[in-house]
Amino acid sequence: MRPETRLAAGGGRAALLAAALAAAALAAGCRQDMHDAPRYKPLAESAFFADGAAARPLPAGTVARGQLREDKLFHTGRTPEGSLAMEVPMPVTRALLTRGRERFDIFCAPCHGALGDGRGMVVQRGYKQPASFHDERLRRAPAGYFFYNITNGFGVMSSYASQIPPEDRWAITAYIRALQLSQRVDASRLTPAERARLDAPPAANAAAAAH
Amino acid sequence: MAQIFPRSANALARGSIFLGLFLVLALGAAVFALARSGYVTRQGLILEQPVPFSHDHHVGQIGIDCRYCHTAVEKTAAAGIPPTATCMNCHNQLWTNAAILEPVRASFKDGTPLRWNKVNDLPDFVYFNHSIHVAKGVACVTCHGQVDKMPLMYQAESLQMNWCLDCHKDPVANLRPREEVTNVAWQPPADLPALQRDLAIRYNVKSKTSCSTCHR
Repeated sequence: MRPETRLAAGGGRAALLAAALAAAALAAGCRQDMHDAPRYKPLAESAFFADGAAARPLPAGTVARGQLREDKLFHTGRTPEGSLAMEVPMPVTRALLTRGRERFDIFCAPCHGALGDGRGMVVQRGYKQPASFHDERLRRAPAGYFFYNITNGFGVMSSYASQIPPEDRWAITAYIRALQLSQRVDASRLTPAERARLDAPPAANAAAAAH
Repeated sequence: MAQIFPRSANALARGSIFLGLFLVLALGAAVFALARSGYVTRQGLILEQPVPFSHDHHVGQIGIDCRYCHTAVEKTAAAGIPPTATCMNCHNQLWTNAAILEPVRASFKDGTPLRWNKVNDLPDFVYFNHSIHVAKGVACVTCHGQVDKMPLMYQAESLQMNWCLDCHKDPVANLRPREEVTNVAWQPPADLPALQRDLAIRYNVKSKTSCSTCHR
């Protein structure tokens, strides 16, 4: 990979010596043994395994440590009896909602839109428009409904189980609830300070949020 | 007996000393420049890929967050290349007949991974970890450049040790709030140095120049 240098002959003996030394040093750099150590890097190829991949799938029937998924409701969104969980099975804190918002904006907003109205950028580019989270049907849906569909996919939407771990799926579910509330809250329930923020132009709120 | 060397030989001898010295210096300068050139570091080099994936399109125009595809970047050493299933989340409906995406569809159908060529390839004796850099508030674009402006991916920086050390000696100037790490269009506030000093304290960012920080 490292290039060889070809040196024009000429100059004094010192120059020749220096040139020879420099060429030797560069030639030594041509060996990449330590650059490319004989070990598997993440997602690397392998000549050993039949499928050519160094990363191995779990053998059938094995359970990785901490992956037993005993808590059925937490991992499936359904009670052991098979009905959808009505509520998020963890305390809905500000930290959970903040996490949910961040994950929603990463994984959901491309299609569902930052508001959850189903008009994300990917939909604007031609993807099938999903239902708005503010539809009556989805406002009434139990929390487990959102978790279950993120986990298993719904219609043309793929499963996001491999991209979003279960605790984040619940955080997103909690944030969807917050989004739904945000579009329906009665203004009379706001404190005067919140009311002032609602009436302020967006730029002022952005400046306030920065502090 | 006539002299063996003419008088002009003196000038020739002196000249050859200077010429020899010049050649040594020129060679040194050439080696120095070559070792730092993109020819050696691969900086700016666009590699052949199975699919001409455009970060410019997906990040710059569609606005997809880095972590939608590089899901492991906050948790592990390697940011991770997405499986083709991630591509198909959108491309099961979009550009479904595009010939350019045929390798993606074929990979999804028979489960054979695409063979991407690694663009940012550190030597194996460097133990780089994405998750700690992200957790300390070093942005993706700080090392990877404005990928949202790259129709085809290339290595934005030299990735040589002096480049790593530039930041490891004084990391404060490259910090931003954790929430903005994947934001490719972050607008730093006017009081950026004050913010960065504050972040360095909050995130416990220290100068790390011990050999064993990266070589172990």
